[in-house]
Amino acid sequence: MSRVPDFHAAKWDEPVIMEMGRPGGRGQIFPAPENEVIDSVGDDLIPAAMARKDRPKLPEITEFEAQRHYLHLSQMTLGMMGISLFGTCTMKYNSKTSEFATLRPELSEVHPYQHEDTLQGVLGIMHEFDGILRSLSGMDQFIFQAGGGADAAYTMTALARAYWRDRGMLGQRTEMVTSAQSHPCNPATAAAAGFKVINLPLEENGYPSLDALKAAVSDKTALIMLNNPDDMGIYNPEIKEWVRVAKEAGALCFYDHANFNGVMGKLSARELGFDACMFMLHKTFGAPKAGGGPAVGAFGCSNDLAPYLPTPVVVKDGGRYRLDEDRPKSAGKVREYWGNVPQVVKAYAWARGMGAEGIQLASDISVVANNYMDKRLSEIPGLAISNPDVKAHRMEMTRWSLGPLAEETGIGTVDFANRMADYGIDPWWMSHEPWIVPEPFTPEAGELWSKEDIDLWIDVIAKIAEEARTDPETVKTAPHNQAVAQVKGDVFEDPSKWAMTWRAYQRKIVGSGKTERGAA
Amino acid sequence: MSTESRLASPRSHPWMALSAPGVIDDMLDYIGVSSVEALFEQIPADHRRKTPLTLPPALTSEMELKRDLVTRLKKNENCEDNLSFLGAGVWQHHVPAIVDEIVGRTEFATNVWGSYQSDHGRNQTWFEFSSQLGALLNLDVVQLPVYSWGCASGHAIRMAAKITGRRKVLVPQFSDPERLSVIRTYCQPQEMDSAIEVVLVAADPTSGRLDLNDLNAKLGPDVAAVYLENPAYLGTIETDAADIAKRARAAGAETIVGVDPISLGVMTAPGDYGADIVTGPVQPLGVHMHCGGGAGGFIASRDEETYVRSYNGFLVSIAETREPGQHAFGLACPHQNSYGMREDGNDWTGNSTYLWAIAGAVYMSLLGPDGFAEVGRLIVSRARYASKLLGEVPGVRIVWPNTQFKEFVVNFDDTGKRVAEINDALRAHGIFGGKDISGEGLGLGQSALYCVTEVHSAADIRRLADTLKEVLS
Repeated sequence: MSRVPDFHAAKWDEPVIMEMGRPGGRGQIFPAPENEVIDSVGDDLIPAAMARKDRPKLPEITEFEAQRHYLHLSQMTLGMMGISLFGTCTMKYNSKTSEFATLRPELSEVHPYQHEDTLQGVLGIMHEFDGILRSLSGMDQFIFQAGGGADAAYTMTALARAYWRDRGMLGQRTEMVTSAQSHPCNPATAAAAGFKVINLPLEENGYPSLDALKAAVSDKTALIMLNNPDDMGIYNPEIKEWVRVAKEAGALCFYDHANFNGVMGKLSARELGFDACMFMLHKTFGAPKAGGGPAVGAFGCSNDLAPYLPTPVVVKDGGRYRLDEDRPKSAGKVREYWGNVPQVVKAYAWARGMGAEGIQLASDISVVANNYMDKRLSEIPGLAISNPDVKAHRMEMTRWSLGPLAEETGIGTVDFANRMADYGIDPWWMSHEPWIVPEPFTPEAGELWSKEDIDLWIDVIAKIAEEARTDPETVKTAPHNQAVAQVKGDVFEDPSKWAMTWRAYQRKIVGSGKTERGAA
Repeated sequence: MSTESRLASPRSHPWMALSAPGVIDDMLDYIGVSSVEALFEQIPADHRRKTPLTLPPALTSEMELKRDLVTRLKKNENCEDNLSFLGAGVWQHHVPAIVDEIVGRTEFATNVWGSYQSDHGRNQTWFEFSSQLGALLNLDVVQLPVYSWGCASGHAIRMAAKITGRRKVLVPQFSDPERLSVIRTYCQPQEMDSAIEVVLVAADPTSGRLDLNDLNAKLGPDVAAVYLENPAYLGTIETDAADIAKRARAAGAETIVGVDPISLGVMTAPGDYGADIVTGPVQPLGVHMHCGGGAGGFIASRDEETYVRSYNGFLVSIAETREPGQHAFGLACPHQNSYGMREDGNDWTGNSTYLWAIAGAVYMSLLGPDGFAEVGRLIVSRARYASKLLGEVPGVRIVWPNTQFKEFVVNFDDTGKRVAEINDALRAHGIFGGKDISGEGLGLGQSALYCVTEVHSAADIRRLADTLKEVLS
């Protein structure tokens, strides 16, 4: 049993920035236009119809006050500085070496429309990293335009439209087939792209049946989109057959490699038969997640699909790199420019820092760590593993349930998440929708955390499970050691109370006297 | 670079605690298996990759890795060492040092997601981004930014189609081809049942602004939205924006306006001239260009339930806590996005560009109302000065003089030279000329879009004009 830390979060009771400052306070000053400029063009240059008359109601503070305020706010963010075994997101160390390298003006002060001759360094890195992803996946070409994993899924749906349109079959190939447990971005992007979504239900063994797939695919199927393993930690052993069946029906097959960590270096999407895949560089490849982006969904595909890729594509001609925009069959862009380039460079740095051996070791470690956790968690009364009939060892993460404990004590997964932070542990990931087990949670250790970290994490879970029985009120009303007390959620669905800006808050809440907190 | 050495011995990896000797063996013992391989029992043998994984040699020491990265990146030229006039969606603005410090804080940079309490500071920063941007826009609802301005506009058009039940959008003929391509992707090919038809509205060639007659002709009862930008792609200020919004409203259409937030200290807030939904880039608000990786796009509107219920992403609301008098922050309407409703949610969401919301919060707090007024005035003055000096260079014509904010179209037809040649010559003098828009089908001949911001001094601008004279002579 680890020593559970006596933790308390920083609590600055920090005002909202809109309440701070004083009239005339300044945090940033710009020079006035030079005399030669004023003499030449005058000063009153915005047409009257568009000249702003009101003074924006922004704070007026000093540079130091801004720095101190936002440092206080960063200190009131646990932000993985506890222990975060946040499943499906594969928490990793984000190397400061690559962070600092990408902040140098050689990348941060570079414009995407510069002449290619001035971009050879970064284009070379992107090309080299494309090669690394080709080795890992067997695909023929990668692009980095998509701003996240979901955007890469959207890229696939846009590509599928272009592919079927090119064949004059867009009116016929109108359906996308996926598993009911695939990441929500797959059905959501397909629907946004105009496809009808068919979700296959899960069987006892954790994945949809081959028969269900066979019944679902037809000459209407444009594509299938799959994760494997899924968030239960279950690997669908029939996946090759799935791909064969789908392709026999003419459909394109997309491998959402969101859960790549446990199979890095062990599987090749192309060898399994897939036409395309995507990797999340902000997750699997060690680039920071930044609290929700900038992220990169690296999208790779076969030569057959490459003509439909969004442009530009980084290509090498002889010893020179260039951006290929001239691709007449392209599906069009999913986002401006060529991607979150610094994140691509950081992913390249991660792959180089790891090497082939390091990457394979990381996948081994992530599966060992998860199975270690599974065994320890199974010893805590009240916790239940998902799909208990699946006896095989799980992959790099496992879906668990607090169902039995919740029935016994009334304490559920949200209560746990809130209470964990009281011990300096980052709240866990529960589950994507739909919840297929009651009160779910999904831990994933990846290759980052030490055995001591994992043991402490589990000991805290065990302690909270004990508290659920002995002192449920403390858990129910958690957190108690955080910057703020438990947030009351009643406003979030109430149009008369939600307030997404300080202006709205002043108008709706302060103005109407609905709070005891005074106006600024 | 070779890292081979006869003396190298296996060592644990600095990024993997469990790679230390013996740890995995202890864990395998506890699990009760004899090998790592036994844990991969779910994967059939014939699924395992047959081709060996070959990657470039590992650079496990920080020293070697840093050297590799820096050596490669130094092959780039950048806009600090050169004088750049490139803009068109990615602009060189001053980034205050405090912004870099705060977005580099590991608590903000690394993590993905906590709870409302454990990540209170970040949630508050997000709320402050929306609150300050709302003060610039004079609008009550600002969503956390999506991937880019083009993506924001694409979502906004889809919101308008959903709200009105109509499936056509009018967009300016003089649109940024990058953004327009994204908008077309979001509106889908016309063959799809749910497609939104993208119809171009002609520009008035004398002003670059929307042709109101063409707008009237196309503004029928089937139009979901009129999309315009202010300042527009080619830098012009849309002085008729209020009139356009009025006409759109009369036709039952939404008005979507894309704005550059750095202009809002001197330009009228879009909330004050009838915009229903507003989009724009976040990069001008304290984000480096990052080779285009600084992109991000916001969406904002009035606080009406119809709009709020049609957002695709994260809306951060202030809320009360169990402690009387205390406030905190959380997500409003969390069930309407794709996390909550998969294919039945509004479009889709996922990781986006939320770190840039933090950058924007810090940036706006540093500038305040006077900073925005100063920077706006400085930009427009220097841009106007630049257009005046360039217009005096023989053979060079400013297409729409005296109408721009920070960008303007420079035509070189009378020089007999192509923009590409001219830019090559400028580059030899350490100057990145404006974006070549000759191939964009805008009917503007050999033209370049020049961008001048607060970072360009009068001396920089004179250097550009003098160098241009030299290379054109």
